[in-house]
Amino acid sequence: MEYTNHKNYIIDGAGRRWFLKQSSALVGMLALPPLIGQAGTAPASSVPPGLPMKRAITLRINRKAYRIEVEPRETLLDVLRERLDLIGSKKGCDHGQCGACTVHIDGRTANACLLLAVMQQDRDITTIEGLAPSPDRLHPLQTAFVEHDGLQCGFCTPGQIMSGVAVLREGHAGSTAQIKEWMSGNICRCGAYSGIVDAIEAVQKGGRQV
Amino acid sequence: MAKKLIGDPIDRIDGDLKVTGRARYSADMKRPDMVYGVLVMSSIGNGRIRSFDTAETLKMPGVLTVMSYGNAPKVAGINKNKPSEVATDRVMSLFQDNKVHYNNQPIAMVIADTFEHAVDGAARVKVTYESQKPKPPLPAGRNNTFTPERLPRYDDQVDTKRGNLKAGLSGASTKVTETYTTPTQTHNALEPHALIAYWEGEKLTMYNATQGVSGVQKRISELFGMPKENVRVIAQFVGGGFGSKGATWSHVMLAPMAAKLVGKPVKLVLMREHMFGMVGWRSSTVQKMVVGTKKDGEFTALSHDTISQTSAFDEFAEPAGTISRMMYASPNMESTHRLIRANIGTPSAMRAPGEAPGVFALESVVDEVAYAINMDPIALRLKNYAETDPHKNLPFSSKSLRECYQQGAERFGWAKRTPEPRSMREGNELIGMGMASSIYPVNRAESTALVRIKPDGKVQVETGTQDIGTGTYTVMTQVAADVLGLSPDDVTLSAGDTRFPESTTSGGSRTTASTGSAVTQAAQAVLKQAKQLAYKDKRSPLFNVAEAEIVAENGRLQTKSDPRQGETFVSLLKRNGSKPLEAKMLSKSADEKDNYSLNAFGSIFAEVRIDEALGRIRVSRMIGTFAAGRILNAKTARSQILGGMIWGVSMALLEDTLIDPRTGRVMNPNLAEYHVPVNADIEEIDGFFIEEKDETVNPAGVKGIGEIGVVGSVSAIANAVYHATGKRIRDLPITLEKVLDYR
Repeated sequence: MEYTNHKNYIIDGAGRRWFLKQSSALVGMLALPPLIGQAGTAPASSVPPGLPMKRAITLRINRKAYRIEVEPRETLLDVLRERLDLIGSKKGCDHGQCGACTVHIDGRTANACLLLAVMQQDRDITTIEGLAPSPDRLHPLQTAFVEHDGLQCGFCTPGQIMSGVAVLREGHAGSTAQIKEWMSGNICRCGAYSGIVDAIEAVQKGGRQV
Repeated sequence: MAKKLIGDPIDRIDGDLKVTGRARYSADMKRPDMVYGVLVMSSIGNGRIRSFDTAETLKMPGVLTVMSYGNAPKVAGINKNKPSEVATDRVMSLFQDNKVHYNNQPIAMVIADTFEHAVDGAARVKVTYESQKPKPPLPAGRNNTFTPERLPRYDDQVDTKRGNLKAGLSGASTKVTETYTTPTQTHNALEPHALIAYWEGEKLTMYNATQGVSGVQKRISELFGMPKENVRVIAQFVGGGFGSKGATWSHVMLAPMAAKLVGKPVKLVLMREHMFGMVGWRSSTVQKMVVGTKKDGEFTALSHDTISQTSAFDEFAEPAGTISRMMYASPNMESTHRLIRANIGTPSAMRAPGEAPGVFALESVVDEVAYAINMDPIALRLKNYAETDPHKNLPFSSKSLRECYQQGAERFGWAKRTPEPRSMREGNELIGMGMASSIYPVNRAESTALVRIKPDGKVQVETGTQDIGTGTYTVMTQVAADVLGLSPDDVTLSAGDTRFPESTTSGGSRTTASTGSAVTQAAQAVLKQAKQLAYKDKRSPLFNVAEAEIVAENGRLQTKSDPRQGETFVSLLKRNGSKPLEAKMLSKSADEKDNYSLNAFGSIFAEVRIDEALGRIRVSRMIGTFAAGRILNAKTARSQILGGMIWGVSMALLEDTLIDPRTGRVMNPNLAEYHVPVNADIEEIDGFFIEEKDETVNPAGVKGIGEIGVVGSVSAIANAVYHATGKRIRDLPITLEKVLDYR
């Protein structure tokens, strides 16, 4: 596993470029030995009682490793979005009810809003940003979503696609009814459901490994 | 590359950005030194705040301040914060006083360096209140109504009378009187309301999840008492709106106020539970319908009386009766709208405001009449078909509802239906088939667009519209490409920002009719310039050719008779100084609304299957057929229609905001307990368009398709439930316990 600091990460888009530049102070801090915030090293008097202390963790996201300091209460979703600027995973409810934050943890779907980032070390995390094989090539299901208009506003789309890929990989795309059932953890308020099912069926029929 | 024409099912131009997670919505933006706001909400339904105890919060690391009525910046234009004639201008809670008008009203904001610190800080704010008993929402208070000042659409009358209702009823052989009720519905766009606000001196910039960047710019600048030019609103991508992002709500002022207070950019994203009250909802309604009919089905009288609810501090009336005024040719018709006041957040427009609940009542009572006189529901509707608009007394610019009924019935297999309730079943399931008419008026507002042909032959379109998921960005490039004879790939659109020419709010299914007309007219104007340049240019193959003879096709200007005689925009502009051509057009209605009634129509057919023992209801099949003028993109249009029909399923069977009448508190403010359809709830569903050419309606020839899918779907399902079970359910949503009651 190769460690990658924020500044080395391949960046896409002006906003991200700017943000990572801004984060250089954070990167510098992370270059310190990974002991900051470990219990016992911070003087107890400086932290009000009951407040969680930061700890340094390493997250493996989209085949890259991120060293980062987090509070134990930070969710994986907030760390992805607010700390690492991986904004593809969306926050629709923050309660595990809508599925917009669906990611893969060791190949299984999970709602990133229900996971604490500190508990995701030593796991392989894949977000929508890590699904396509390269920046200029889409994953087959991404292509199919565009072709079959499996989206409208696009806000639930990253979560739908992450769930859809899992449904295909896990062999739950055997029939229309099965796809609908297994895709029912992801709400689409625009009502793009038939396009979503068509897209998954098209990839299933295409027979390619996804 | 194949030429992509208007009507073709081309892919969304922002599709790739959306499927890769690279589309940045408002909450995805970042600014240097950005801090986080989290709202504190009231926990009483009516009264005053006695005090805030913020000591613990302010001691927490990272907390900058708590903004509340004690320290919130004064709002210079506060006198504008009152009930308005403009439907989208709502009264906001801006921390200028200590009054609490409803439960879950924003009363303070904690601002901190991280989201976690702000959430924690907000949880530690202690509030003491002087509490009074809140006025409960409908169905309570229905005997204590008042007449609203106006309906949301300025040209709709509050009450109407045509002919003589009493006389009409006395001439009827059958009279049906029924009351229908609908619940409070909450929009719940999947993207939470969000904004990032920052000041640079006197200039304010906001990334804001809104259906109308220019509306927000106007409202915010008048409230701050500053020139409009000093406010910039950006909404590159919007994660659904459905009406809730059409108005400018409290948080859109509170974030820039907080940014001013702390001198840093503030990010404010509403939590899901905060969005039940402070950002609008569809009012609950109580609707009394009366229909008088002759034996042959001819209506002699029709009345529609609606009660909806508004807040204690603002006024918004759900215009449920407007369609009943013009849908059927009854010579005698009366309609009224009344309101009650309750301690709730102010209701607002929600996808098909008025039409969705109103047509549920209308098309349900028409079905009841059909059963009362033993007549086929389609035949009854045709018997009372309005050839002209009986309310406005104007011809329709076009109306293809008859075709919608016929084609819908054929596709659905209506002929196989046996009319007797409970007469169709399969195994444990009762099968019901129902139908209803759908309709949505054509709205149009002023919009401006700029179209520029660049020396490289590419086209730039600029207009301050926004895409809330409808496909606007895609369709606008198609419109420009169509006029200029190019492929949409040659057109770049700049939108979603008040820097571009002012466009209208994306609401009331009006964007394509309004902004599409502006783009059409600007493209036509710039094309005219190009043609003139060509036929006046001695070196052009089109020199001295009559303007009317020149057409734009395949990226070229050429003569109608001989496509080889002509040239590309590139060569024309190259010879003429390599300067771009551009035209900016303000597009607005002419007198078409004075001379015609403008509406899209449709029919919905639904099949339900209901487990006889368990009462489980599923909508097994649904077919919508619509006539809505020119369809610009078959793919995105179909998605709009299906989405609308799914909203119909949702309203008929699922949605219900449960408000505790004792406290005014919403009891199910989350997506687990506020039900919307998931994938498995939607079975076979399809939508079709009838070709309809309407050159009167607007320059784009379009009627709007964002809302019509919802309108008839609700009653088609309700009517199918009656056909399946013999139980008429007049109170939405139709849930299994109501169905099980039938024995």
